[in-house]
Amino acid sequence: MKIIFHTGRYFLLLAKVFSRPEKGKIYFKLILREIENLGINSLGIVIIISVFMGAVITLQTAYNLENPLIPSYLIGLTARDSMILEFSSTIVGLILAGKVGSNIASEIGTMRITEQIDALEIMGVNSASYLVLPKIIAAVFINPFLTIISIFVGIFGGYIAALTTGAVAPSAYIYGLHYVFIPFYITYSLIKVVFFAFIITSVPAYHGYYSSGGALEVGRSSTMAVVYSSILILLFNVILTQLLLT
Amino acid sequence: MIEIRDISKSFGNTHVLKNISTFFERGKTNLIIGQSGSGKTVLLKSIIGLHKIDEGEIFYDDKEFSKMQDKDKKEIRKELGMVFQGGALFDSSTVQENVMFPLDMFTEMSYNEKLERVNFCLNKVNLENANNLYPAEISGGMQKRVAIARAISLNPKYLFCDEPNSGLDPITAIVIDNLIRELTLEFNMTTVINTHDMNSVMEIGDKITFIHEGQKWWEGNKSEILKTENHELNSFVFASELMRNFKT
Repeated sequence: MKIIFHTGRYFLLLAKVFSRPEKGKIYFKLILREIENLGINSLGIVIIISVFMGAVITLQTAYNLENPLIPSYLIGLTARDSMILEFSSTIVGLILAGKVGSNIASEIGTMRITEQIDALEIMGVNSASYLVLPKIIAAVFINPFLTIISIFVGIFGGYIAALTTGAVAPSAYIYGLHYVFIPFYITYSLIKVVFFAFIITSVPAYHGYYSSGGALEVGRSSTMAVVYSSILILLFNVILTQLLLT
Repeated sequence: MIEIRDISKSFGNTHVLKNISTFFERGKTNLIIGQSGSGKTVLLKSIIGLHKIDEGEIFYDDKEFSKMQDKDKKEIRKELGMVFQGGALFDSSTVQENVMFPLDMFTEMSYNEKLERVNFCLNKVNLENANNLYPAEISGGMQKRVAIARAISLNPKYLFCDEPNSGLDPITAIVIDNLIRELTLEFNMTTVINTHDMNSVMEIGDKITFIHEGQKWWEGNKSEILKTENHELNSFVFASELMRNFKT
């Protein structure tokens, strides 16, 4: 019963979020601010994770492809496709659910318990739209760019691993990167990222918006936000993969 | 004027407000007093529409607020200023941005016009040269004054204050009380203040409504409150030895 209640309330919140904004100009400024907060400020962690993921994929693939009949350029191909299909979208999505999700839930939750949301409502401002819509639009806009950066950086991380460890010849790795490239994989990855960006922002916003009590409850909301966002990302990963790749 | 008729509000099986009727006059500081847990804040939040009432009617100058659609309620809310107990200032905005916020949202004023209005409001609450400070960088009393400046920035007809001097030292509390009273008279607002501070009652209480166990128990002014025979009100008013000495 609880899940039905929360699902219903989540969609009611979304209806409020997507109602007509009071003043477009103000929202535009907020969107730019959120692009910086949610996107540009996440660039560092995305780059670090992607470099290491690319390196590890390359090393593990090389370790598992010891059969001389299997060409070594497949290591580059595997690194490329793994980054595009899964790691740069889903794994980075999960990392951002932790970083951005907890940030959104605690920010909005604190605003709720310190009556800042009530203050907005009293002024006649649609608090849900004012607080949540800029975050959703910003994440849906900026996260695909983060993903593309992650793909490039991850592949570069694999190249560095190849170069420094000798697990695969760099020329074979680069040949593998060019081998049987399917552009639709990029489209598939970016479609997933748009869905994940929506989940990463709207689910924590929901948990924060309906926080009550004190600091303990805000902390709890933040944890729940990360847990539910992560589960939904994994669920939608399966659904979208089934719909788009089979 | 604001009038409430027979309003009731429950949370689950707990009846917090029971058939409360009263009115709050323009140009006066109307106080709602009562013990903690008596239902004062719920009453205030019900009047401004943050809580949906179960029964009763709320009128803002003959316009029935309680039956309005959300769109119409928004229009009333633009004429309404609220000072929350904790100030409810936006943490990530400076003092100037906080006071300018309602002007940004609901007016088409130029930046310079808005800045002039912000400085006027901050001047009214005796807060000059604090424009670029953040709420965390100013004292509790200053935060309350910024909250008042924000509440009056759109020149409201109605001003609501929830425990405006809670957590403040006695001198700052009196400054805040007098400030609210001055602004009420100067801008001819209908001001409703929620408090359990007897100093406020004696300083600025033009009209006092005593709430006890969710019901209106007594109504009068600050001179009548000292002579009342109402037992519950006497227990509340003369709880401190200072007030008991004052009575004798």
